[in-house]
Amino acid sequence: MKMNGAKILLECLKLEGVDTVFGYPGGTVINLYDELFSFKEIRHILPRHEQAGVHAADGYARATGKVGVAIATSGPGATNTITGIATAYMDSIPMVIITGQVPTALIGNDAFQEADIIGITRPCTKHNFLVKDVKDLALIVKKAFYIARTGRPGPVLIDLPKDVQIATTEFKYPDTVEIRGYKPTIEGHPKQVEKAVSLILAAKRPVIYVGGGVILGNAAEELTTLGRRLETPVTTTLMGLGSFPEEDPLSLGLLGMHGTYYANMAVSNCDLLVAVGARFDDRVTGKIASFAPHAKIIHIDVDPTSIKKNVRVDLPIVGDVKDVLTQILKVLEEQADKLEAFKKAIVPWSEEIEGWKARHPMGYKQAATVIKPQFVIQKLRELSDPDAIVATDVGQHQMWTAQFFKFNRPRTLLSSGGLGTMGYGLPAAMGAQAAFPDRQVIVVCGDGGFQMNLQELATLVQNRLAVKICILNNNFLGMVRQWQELFFDKRYSQTCMELPIDFIKLAEAFGAKGFQATKPDEVESVIKKGFATPGPVIMEFKVAREEKVLPMVPAGASLTEMVLAS
Amino acid sequence: MKHTIAVLVENEFGVLSRVAGLFSGRGFNIDSLSVAPTNDETISRMTIVTRGDEQIMEQITKQLNKLIDVIKVIDFVDGSAIEREMALIKVTAEDESRAEVLRIVDIFRAKIIDVTPRSYTIEATGAPAKIDAILELLRPLGLKELVRTGSVAIGRGAKGWKG
Ligand SMILES: Cc1cc2nc3c(=O)[nH]c(=O)nc-3n(C[C@H](O)[C@H](O)[C@H](O)COP(=O)(O)OP(=O)(O)OC[C@H]3O[C@@H](n4cnc5c(N)ncnc54)[C@H](O)[C@@H]3O)c2cc1C
Ligand SMILES: Cc1ncc(C[n+]2csc(CCOP(=O)(O)OP(=O)(O)O)c2C)c(N)n1
Ligand SMILES: [Mg+2]
Repeated sequence: MKMNGAKILLECLKLEGVDTVFGYPGGTVINLYDELFSFKEIRHILPRHEQAGVHAADGYARATGKVGVAIATSGPGATNTITGIATAYMDSIPMVIITGQVPTALIGNDAFQEADIIGITRPCTKHNFLVKDVKDLALIVKKAFYIARTGRPGPVLIDLPKDVQIATTEFKYPDTVEIRGYKPTIEGHPKQVEKAVSLILAAKRPVIYVGGGVILGNAAEELTTLGRRLETPVTTTLMGLGSFPEEDPLSLGLLGMHGTYYANMAVSNCDLLVAVGARFDDRVTGKIASFAPHAKIIHIDVDPTSIKKNVRVDLPIVGDVKDVLTQILKVLEEQADKLEAFKKAIVPWSEEIEGWKARHPMGYKQAATVIKPQFVIQKLRELSDPDAIVATDVGQHQMWTAQFFKFNRPRTLLSSGGLGTMGYGLPAAMGAQAAFPDRQVIVVCGDGGFQMNLQELATLVQNRLAVKICILNNNFLGMVRQWQELFFDKRYSQTCMELPIDFIKLAEAFGAKGFQATKPDEVESVIKKGFATPGPVIMEFKVAREEKVLPMVPAGASLTEMVLAS
Repeated sequence: MKHTIAVLVENEFGVLSRVAGLFSGRGFNIDSLSVAPTNDETISRMTIVTRGDEQIMEQITKQLNKLIDVIKVIDFVDGSAIEREMALIKVTAEDESRAEVLRIVDIFRAKIIDVTPRSYTIEATGAPAKIDAILELLRPLGLKELVRTGSVAIGRGAKGWKG
C-alpha cells in the first residue's frame, strides 16, 4: 500500500511492538503528529521537556527490557534530547529517538530550527541515520531497532526531514535485516568456557563481580543459579543491583567507591574475579594498579572493547551473558566431583568474608530528633511492594538507595550510573509507570535534582501516572557538599540550596498531593499515606543535612583505603 | 609503535567523520589517513597510520570494528604489507641548484612534473621512508611547498580482501 513517510514510520513502530512513545511536537514533526492523531495503536505521552521525554523512554526501556521510543522536533527539540541520549548511551539502554529535520533541500543552509543532530549525536549514539529518501525509511527503522536492542544495546537516532514525512511510497516492512559491518558475537567460545570452568574450580578465594550486562541481557536467573551452585560470593555494580538477590547470604552488595567494606575487601583479596557484564568503571576499580592485585580475571562481555580497556584480563569470553552463563552451567554439571571439592576448598574464604561482614556491616547512626536519610530508604523498602520499581536521581540519596534498599529482582532499580545525570529520576519513573500502570513506582530524589525536571509533575497528573516521589531534602547539593567537606575544608561553595521550597504547595499547584516528615517518627506514616493516596504524590523528608555517604573510597585511592562510618 | 591499519567501510555519507571522531574522541593519534572507493563502489577503503602501545592498538582495532559502518579492519603487522605514499614537492631551483635537484630526482626515480625558471615540482612515490629521505635531501635546497598523500597499504602475497 502507498503511504506517506509519517504513516510508514508509525506502521513500523507498531510492527516493532512499540505501544508507548514519549514525544513533543513542532514544525518539522507536525506531519508525523497529524498522522498520529488518527493512529490509535500507539499511546503518545507528552512530557513537558524533550529531555524528560527521552529519560521517560529510557525508564520505560530499563523497566521492560523493550526498546524505548522518543520523538522531538528539529533544532531546539532535538538538542534538548542530548542529555537523555547521552545518559542512555553510557548505560547501554536500547532506545530509538526520532527527530524531525528541515526539508532535505534546506539541510546545511542554516534553515529555521536546523541543527546538525546527526553530527551532534554521533559520539553519544550507538548509531544514527539521516533518512534522505522515503523509500529507505522502513529499512532504516528496521535497522535502528535491530541495532538498538542487539549486542551491547544503545540509543539509535533517526533524523527524519519534513519532506520525507510527506513523500509517499509503497510500504513493505522487511522481515529480516542484514548489516555486513554489524555481527555481535552471541555464543561464548567453547574452549574459553571450558577454561573458565577450570579456573573457577581451581580457585580458593573466588568472587563474582556482576554488572549491568546481566540485567540488560536478562540473565539474572542464570547468574543467581551460578552463584548459588558455586556457593561463591557475589558483588554487583550500581548497574548490576537486582541481578542477584541482595537478601541472599552470598550477596556482598555494592562494590566500589561507595560499596560495602566486605565487597571491597573480598575483591582486593580474591584469587579469582569473575566479571560478568561489567566494565571495570573507575568508580568500581579505584586505583587500577591495586585493583584485585592477587586475582586472575575472567571477563564475560558482549562488547570486545569493554575487555582489557581498563584492567588486564586473563581469560576473556566475548558473548551474550545469558548464553555464556548457560554454557558455563552446563560444563559445570559435568564436573560434579570437582565442584564438591571446590566448595569445600573455599570454606575458609567464606569464613574470612563473614569476618569482614561482622567487623564492618553496613550501617549508620540512628538519631532521635532528626531523620537519617538511610532510615527513610529502609522504611521505603519495608513498606513498599516486593516488585516495586525504584528510580533514583543522582547524588547522595542515590547511593543510600543503592546501599540500603536491598534489590532482589532485576529491572527494579533505574539509575543513571555512567553519565550521572541529575534530573533523570522523575521522568525515568514516569516512563516505568507508563509501562506498568499497576506496579508501585517510586522515585528517590534529592532536593537539587528534583528541581531539574519537576515540570514533569504535570505529565504525571495529566496521564494519571501514580509515581511516588520521595525527596530526601537536605537543602544541599549533598554529594558535592560531601566532597567539599572531605577534600576542600568544608568550603561549601555554591552547594547550599538557600531557598526553602514548599514542596507540598508545589505538588498541589500541579494537582498532586504532598506530605512532609520532619521527625523520625513521622517517616512511616508519611510513607504509608503516600502509598495509600491515589495518583502522584510527593513525600518530602527533611533529613540530617550533613550526613555523609559511607564507606567511601576517595577518588584515585585503592579499594582498601576506605573511609568508614565510625 | 607505529601501525598501519586498513579499514573497509560502507561508502556512505558521514563515515569519515565517524572514524575521525572515534580517534579524536578517544585521544588516539592519526599520523595519516587516506580514503577512496574500492573496486566495489559500495565500499571505501581507508588506510590509517597510527601509534600506540599494544593495549591502545587493541582498543583502536576493537573500537573501529564496533562502528556499524566498518566492515573490516586489518592491522598490518610488521612487514606483512607493502606501503606506498606519494608526495608532490615544489623546490627552489635556480642556477647551480638546478642540476642538484635533477640528480636527486634521478636517484630516487622521481619525476619532474612542472618546471619554471626558479622551481621544479617533483612527483615522488615510494615507501614513506623513501619520501622522508628525498625530502631530507631537497630541504636544504629550499622547499617551497609539500603535499603528501599519506600511506596506502596492501597485504603481501596472493590473498586479497575483496572490495
Ligand atoms: C554519584 C555516583 C557514584 C557512583 N558510585 C558507584 C559505586 O560506588 N559503585 C559502582 O559500582 N558504581 C558506582 N557508580 C556507577 C558507575 O559510574 C558506573 O555506571 C557503573 O559502575 C558501571 O556499571 P557496570 O560495570 O555494571 O557497567 P554498565 O554500564 O552497566 O555496562 C554493562 C557492561 O555489560 C556489557 N553488556 C551489555 N549487555 C550485555 C549482554 N547481553 N551480554 C554480555 N555483556 C553485556 C556491556 O558491553 C558493558 O561492558 C556511581 C555513579 C554515580 C553517579
Ligand atoms: C546535570 C548535573 N549537574 C551537576 C551534577 C553534579 N552533581 C552530582 S551530585 C550533585 C548534588 C545533587 O544534589 P541533590 O539532588 O540535592 O542530591 P543529594 O546529593 O543532596 O542527595 C551534583 C550537583 C550532576 N551529576 N548532574
Ligand atoms: Mg540535596
